[in-house]
Amino acid sequence: MSAWEPVGTQVSNPDRTILKGGRVVDPVNGVDGSADVLIDGGRVTRVGPNLEIEPGTVIIEVPPGCVVCPGFIDMHVHLREPGHEYKETVATGVAAAVAGGFTAVACMPNTDPVNDDAGITRLILDRAAQARLARVYPVGAVTKGQAGEQLAQIGELRAAGCVAVSDDGRPVANASLMRRALEYAAMFDMPVIDHCEDVSLAGDGVAHEGHHAAVLGLRGLPGVAEEIIVERDVTLSGLTGSPVHIAHISARGALDAVRSGKDKGIRVSCEVTPHHFTLTDEQLAGYDTNYKMNPPLREAADVEAMLEGLRDGSIDCIATDHAPHHYDEKLVEFDRAPFGIVGLETAVSICLDRLVHAGRVRLSRLVELLSVNPARVLGVPGGELTAGVPADITVLAPDLAVRVEAAAFRSLARNTPFDGWSLHGGVAATMVGGRTVYVNETVPGATSFDRRS
Amino acid sequence: MAADQVARTVTRIAHEIVERHRTLDDLALVGIRTRGVPIARRLSAVLHDITDVAVPTGVLDITLYRDDLMRHPVGPQPVLRKTEIEFSIDDRRILLVDDVLYTGRTVRAAFDALIDFGRPRSIELVVLVDRGHRELPIKADYVGKNLPTSLRQSVQVRLEEVEGVDEVVLEDAPED
Amino acid sequence: MLPRTDPTRHDAEIPLTGSGSSGAPAEFETPAGLRAKDLLSIGDLSADEIQLILDTAEAMKEVGTRTIKKVPTLRGKTVVNLFFEASTRTRASFEIAEKRLSADTLNVAATGSSVVKGETLADTVRNLEAMAPDMIVLRHAAAGAGHLAARLCRARVINAGDGMHEHPTQALLDAMTIRQRKGRVEGLKVSIIGDLLHSRVLRSNVLLLRALGAEVCVCGPATLMLPDMARLSVRATTSIDEAVEDADVIMLLRIQLERMRGYFFPSLREYFQQFGMTVARLRRAKRDVIIMHPGPMNRGVEIASEVADGPYSVILEQVANGVAVRMAVLYLLAGARHE
Repeated sequence: MSAWEPVGTQVSNPDRTILKGGRVVDPVNGVDGSADVLIDGGRVTRVGPNLEIEPGTVIIEVPPGCVVCPGFIDMHVHLREPGHEYKETVATGVAAAVAGGFTAVACMPNTDPVNDDAGITRLILDRAAQARLARVYPVGAVTKGQAGEQLAQIGELRAAGCVAVSDDGRPVANASLMRRALEYAAMFDMPVIDHCEDVSLAGDGVAHEGHHAAVLGLRGLPGVAEEIIVERDVTLSGLTGSPVHIAHISARGALDAVRSGKDKGIRVSCEVTPHHFTLTDEQLAGYDTNYKMNPPLREAADVEAMLEGLRDGSIDCIATDHAPHHYDEKLVEFDRAPFGIVGLETAVSICLDRLVHAGRVRLSRLVELLSVNPARVLGVPGGELTAGVPADITVLAPDLAVRVEAAAFRSLARNTPFDGWSLHGGVAATMVGGRTVYVNETVPGATSFDRRS
Repeated sequence: MAADQVARTVTRIAHEIVERHRTLDDLALVGIRTRGVPIARRLSAVLHDITDVAVPTGVLDITLYRDDLMRHPVGPQPVLRKTEIEFSIDDRRILLVDDVLYTGRTVRAAFDALIDFGRPRSIELVVLVDRGHRELPIKADYVGKNLPTSLRQSVQVRLEEVEGVDEVVLEDAPED
Repeated sequence: MLPRTDPTRHDAEIPLTGSGSSGAPAEFETPAGLRAKDLLSIGDLSADEIQLILDTAEAMKEVGTRTIKKVPTLRGKTVVNLFFEASTRTRASFEIAEKRLSADTLNVAATGSSVVKGETLADTVRNLEAMAPDMIVLRHAAAGAGHLAARLCRARVINAGDGMHEHPTQALLDAMTIRQRKGRVEGLKVSIIGDLLHSRVLRSNVLLLRALGAEVCVCGPATLMLPDMARLSVRATTSIDEAVEDADVIMLLRIQLERMRGYFFPSLREYFQQFGMTVARLRRAKRDVIIMHPGPMNRGVEIASEVADGPYSVILEQVANGVAVRMAVLYLLAGARHE
């Protein structure tokens, strides 16, 4: 791992601070228990029980029941800037991120213009630096204009601050070009993140091909359209020895392909979104466009396979695919609505409710999925509370009763199918570089994080 | 009114019809659904017994002509059933038959419906029971029985063909 | 006021005298209402509600046999026929039904409306809603367009065909035609043959025929099958002989030429050879089989002219029943305001 860190997004607090009395879950260091976390100069300096407090240290009492974790990293979001600022901006996107417990996000390049150029990368990083909330790791385009024809200037994108390349929103359809992209990006320690979809099989589909789409008269997106490209990518990764990361996996066959690739020692990783392990295509019945996304909501067997993949480790990460759209764009016929939903402000609650409280995964495994593994796949700092790392910290309130209220989102967009849901578990506070960037005032005692009060 | 009284009343009305009409050849009976229909059929049978003339009998469903159809804040629509008038009513003397005459609104609707079928020479009204409380200027030509009632009461006409028993009962409706 | 005891009379405020002063037996007591605000899918209707619509349509049919084919039932009600797709039969059928019930009708076609200026469906519907129509009859190329419209307005929405989703009044008129010819729907073998995948008529008919207890067999090229037909309790086959065998009713679906693009079968000629309904193929069906087609027909593609014009064909009866079914739906939906 290089010592490289993204420029322009450094936010830190020079004060010496201690988080006292919380449960610390830090899987990298094998910590799961009551401990204090000492922060100095924006970095973690010590973690352990009953640390001695030097005079002048700011003391933050972690509220009872709360859990201190290495900061969560959402490795798949769309911040829409530049070009679609009416949907979301970097500033509103990172505000949503920290409110959702994420200390960092990786933003996809399908902006307008596409992030296939160092200038766009710098613009995004500048906006992120101005916002001073979550860290932003831009993902550059694989191909110029995401047109799938010639490679983007990947080396230059890396130098400007991109951490990975992807043509997300569409696949790298040409297998030869995908092979070259894998070979080339690996020179810069960058994974290729692929949106896996065989465009000829997918056609103009709008919903998972199956019973529900058939009854509703919606054109189908078959699971095999995803599976075929995942198979291809795994094979090409094996051929080139370069890392490939499968974005938003959703079909059970696709997950099997990842699993068998891993068994062969191929450098493949994958992520799943909260909606793909929570919702099924049965939800389409009312034609609510907040259930329209790509990949589509699949059937119960796929959801069950995703849950199993989260449990057995074949899925590496949970990412939201946060895709903000203006309400006008979603208030149209199902066929015409854009794909995608927002996820930054609901993901952690869904994970706690549907995975941890449901007994599917332990909390330490959730921290791997949301923090440890995204940091490793992207090759960015974080994912651990080791002395010397930036003090990016997510504090969970696992027993908080949360009611999702889209109208109160910090994101500019409201396109969520989870509006009105009652969930068990939420975020108490978020710290980036030792500085508190979000406090959830509905958590008793959480204001202790807010040092202005 | 018990079963034998209902039968006697129908017979008496039939005789009145015969007395008032020089010929039955241009007569037709039209029963208003639901209970006007069996009464019309019985009248037709009795008239046949007395005069050997088969008076054509039709069935009228007035649902589509009701004046209260779209006025309910909530609730289901009345069931619509078939109107069967398989003869021309033009220039006929129509005997419109119903079980109970009350506000007069059903009869008003029946007039509208009949007129859509043609131009009868005349329409006369036959009812088994007249319970009063008219809300429209309508009067029956043949009345089986005048039954003074209060608005709180309801008149239950039950017929063999519909309920399996012939009777007319005055019931006190429960307080609202 | 006197409380009424006849359940078909609920006119507490304006009582009607006469027929019906006491409790009637069960067959007269069926509550005559549809639960849903709108008619978007056959799936929203119970078997009882389907029967009610068919019974009401039977009664409505009589109005069409009169010299004066008009009743005052929907006087003062405004019905907008909002058609975003070309349609002759369905639009004319709805318009006649509305006029026979004395509704005020307004026809808005996609051409000649602000739709061509880029207005969204939502805005079109909300603008119409502002003029307080009572009902909107909607035909649209997108599945679920009616659901969107219904969410945005108080007016009741009748789906007159939404993309590949459903065409509920077509299935209702088909059932009425079957019932007229066969006296029942339950237990009949109904075979539906043609482009299953793209057909809204198929989807509505499968739901309706299964709700009424028919045995449904669907048949077409493997490329035009829906996935998972068994989940709809329907038998699927690619053998036309198997589909025709002992059928009481054969329903042919239109091959939508514009959708084929050479993807689903090689040529119309080959389609007709494999799946076209010919007199020879019909011999396997029951002797009293009836042939139905929702129209418009492609003669020589899904149906031979000899069959379309032959003695088994009830295609024109279907059209005639369409008016009565739509009158029934308009009547049943128009009355009570939804809670």
